[in-house]
Amino acid sequence: MAGVGSACLAIALLTALYAVVASVYGARSRRREWISSGRRAIYCVAALSVAAFALLEAAFLRSDFSYALVAEGSSTDTPTFYKVTAVWATQDGSLLLWVTLLSLFSTAVLFVTRRSLRDIAPYATAVLGCIAAFFLLLMVGWENPFDTLAMPPAEGAGLNPLLRHPAMMIHPPMLYTGYVGFSVPFAFAIGALIARRTGADWIRATRRFALIAWTFLGTGIMLGALWSYTELGWGGYWAWDPVENASLMPWLVGTAFLHSIMVQEKRGMLKVWNVSLICATFTLALMGTFLVRSGILDSIHAFGASTIGVQFLVFIGLVIAVSAGLIIFRLPYLRSEARLDSLLSREAFFLLNNLVLVGLCLVILWGTFFPLISEAISGTEASVGPPWFNRLVTPLALVLVLLTGIGPVLAWRRVTPASLRRILVVPLTAMAVALLALLAFTGAAESPASLAMFCFVAFVLAVVSQELWRGTMARRTMTGESWPRALARLTGRNRRRYGGYLVHAGIAVLFLGVAASSAFLDQRDVRLSPGDSFKLNGYDVTYREATAKLGGDSAGTGAPISFGAVLDVRKGGKHFVLRPSRNYYASPDPSLGTISRFFEGEATSEVDVRWGLTRDFWLAVRPDIGSLDGPIREADAKFADSPGDVQALIVAALAERYRSNPPPAAFRAIASPLVVWIWIGGGIAVLGALVAAWPSPEARLRRVRSLYSARVGQELSRA
Amino acid sequence: MDPARKRKLRLVVALTAALLLATALIYTSFSASTEASKPSEVKPGRSYEVTGKVVKGSIRHTGDDLRFRIRDRDGTDSVPVAYTGVVPDPFREGREVIVSGELKNGTFVAERDSLVTKCPSKFTKS
Amino acid sequence: MEYALALLVLAALVAIVLWLPLRRRGEEERHDETLLAELSAAKEAKYREIRDAELDHRMGKLSREDWRSVDRDLRAEAIEILRRLDRIEGRSPEGGMDR
Repeated sequence: MAGVGSACLAIALLTALYAVVASVYGARSRRREWISSGRRAIYCVAALSVAAFALLEAAFLRSDFSYALVAEGSSTDTPTFYKVTAVWATQDGSLLLWVTLLSLFSTAVLFVTRRSLRDIAPYATAVLGCIAAFFLLLMVGWENPFDTLAMPPAEGAGLNPLLRHPAMMIHPPMLYTGYVGFSVPFAFAIGALIARRTGADWIRATRRFALIAWTFLGTGIMLGALWSYTELGWGGYWAWDPVENASLMPWLVGTAFLHSIMVQEKRGMLKVWNVSLICATFTLALMGTFLVRSGILDSIHAFGASTIGVQFLVFIGLVIAVSAGLIIFRLPYLRSEARLDSLLSREAFFLLNNLVLVGLCLVILWGTFFPLISEAISGTEASVGPPWFNRLVTPLALVLVLLTGIGPVLAWRRVTPASLRRILVVPLTAMAVALLALLAFTGAAESPASLAMFCFVAFVLAVVSQELWRGTMARRTMTGESWPRALARLTGRNRRRYGGYLVHAGIAVLFLGVAASSAFLDQRDVRLSPGDSFKLNGYDVTYREATAKLGGDSAGTGAPISFGAVLDVRKGGKHFVLRPSRNYYASPDPSLGTISRFFEGEATSEVDVRWGLTRDFWLAVRPDIGSLDGPIREADAKFADSPGDVQALIVAALAERYRSNPPPAAFRAIASPLVVWIWIGGGIAVLGALVAAWPSPEARLRRVRSLYSARVGQELSRA
Repeated sequence: MDPARKRKLRLVVALTAALLLATALIYTSFSASTEASKPSEVKPGRSYEVTGKVVKGSIRHTGDDLRFRIRDRDGTDSVPVAYTGVVPDPFREGREVIVSGELKNGTFVAERDSLVTKCPSKFTKS
Repeated sequence: MEYALALLVLAALVAIVLWLPLRRRGEEERHDETLLAELSAAKEAKYREIRDAELDHRMGKLSREDWRSVDRDLRAEAIEILRRLDRIEGRSPEGGMDR
């Protein structure tokens, strides 16, 4: 079946190229049938990609080791969940996932716009076809997921244990959905530029796609952070690693885009800015995909020079050149239709928020590419670390959070200054109260930046609550409805606005968690023998006993050996038990001794975290298996040729030896306050995005429409 | 103030802000950066961020200390490293690592917790 | 062998799907239809803005004078859109009922 898969990709490539040609021809000659054919070509690409993807998944699920990819990345003892997700752990498989998602999104948007945007859609089809063709070309030409092995091995290499974590497996599809989602507004922006229809129509048609992409990308970033937090290395959720930054940058610019398109929809302003932003977002998304594969930047994720780095670079260069060229040539069509009425308006503050977000992105871009920049300028390769990023990002983040509170308070076009003063009384009071409370009852003053952030968060939450309150009150005076009904109606009819406010609240809560956990965490590294204890952050931690388990650990990763510890943690009347462990996977290296290889393969830390609303207690263990070195080497010599079940017995005996008489183990304990609010805040933001993206019911619209059109029509006849 | 002058003023303010940001970027990054270098290039007297491979057979865990030798990616000369702190999961002989510290008496004394190990190849044809 | 066969079969299937629309020849793109759809969308967006402005006024963000001025501007823009719509639909300005 691998041949069928390869054929699907080859035909898909040709079909994508046809889509480009047919759509452009149809657009230029105004022949609808060619446009329709081009659109169908994209539908075909989607069908072929899905088919290819299904074939690949099937191969993984039945552990068909004639597929090179399956032999590399899976094994018969990999749990089913990880078999399914191992597909995109490989380069080839992830490219196929990208194309599949892209073609599905393209199908969706082209189907929805098949009767509208007649001038723009064909060119958008062509752009989407080009992008799909590029990724398909990468697979057909260089990284074919359907490569077969002449002599299939009996057993696969298995999924790298570091990747056997649920968050880590869902993280790539989320990120790719985000990247792919942004290609839709990008394609329509290019189409709008080519077709000279630079009004707000391309925005209206692709707004939801941009929002969905933004949501998925944000979720993907958070999943990555969550994975980072629960894996050893640092117990932190963000390290300003180039690959992390590569996914954050398009998200930041995408956020700016979501705001500035509203300005174009309402006032016809910022046209040049918007097309530039979406081109930048898409370029950064491509760069995000590329950075993971190129090895040009040293990072914990750098996977070494790969075979497709150059091609990506060429494609990104092409995208930048075409975007810039089009924008410059179409400048006359991108003139603003209106001017800024007042600085106290949503438009002005959206522009400000855009500047801050783009500024953040530029800072991160600079820091991420600094090794290359410094090498170009001074000849030596230098890099900047987390302290530099934190120093520059913190003030910008503070301004951003403040703006998320001011934006909702304003109105379009202008706000009466006196009214503004009245409206800000409650939120400013809330901020002052928060400030006083924090100064009086907590040690928050030790970190001025965190203190400021807490106050701004209080401000934002107060603003959002007030908006909901005042809106409901206003609605009640207009319609006399009851409280709950008025609130439901208010948010139901203004989903974009109130969904947006909810997102702001979520982001504020997220920053609350970030500020608290980064400034006020407590950490200790200790060596303990059973019975020893230590104190951290008011907690008493006692190492009760060691554990040793074989074959089948709680995280479902299918690990052979698991050495761990059981610790009692007490504070006041509270008591909980933590069981961190370390998994040792067998190494396939034949040069190691028969028993040593069980201990010399990959090892992962299975951290135990006690989640809490006020603070997380995080514990990791590093058992000292050095004491077993002697017995292991003895066993290597004695049992060099023993069959598998005898080996298992020996390993079990060694494990029991560790458990009954464990040498001191190294522990790292971290108590970080309010970390869980980062995830909660993110969840609230996602919820808000869903509310904002949810389509309004047609019936209600029609009723309102006829009411208003009657009124406007009256005036028309009077005019 | 007439609208045209208002716009000019806003433009000036925006450009000034951009200039300030750029200056902050350039100044802080060049002064706060650490130089990446190879093990064969380290000299005593200043701190380096060294990238290299862990020499096979050189890893010794003694209590809290980790000792190993680090060599150039494409070379054989190696430098002994004394490290305390968190050891990342992928750390293993033959792997590429990044560690910051200073050369003292012939041993590269590493900063605490500065050891970073690159994830094993996920995206290259093995 | 399997590859070549699959190639042929898939190519044939795709070619059929892509060729079907091409049988309907000579349907010119009507510029009017596009403009109609775009103007309708713009009209709905404008109505939403009028509603939002009223809500903003009731919530106290806009004083009565400010709101009147904004409302006036928005309605004028709405009227303009309706005029352009009517011109395309070839009707004289009356109370607008929508399709």
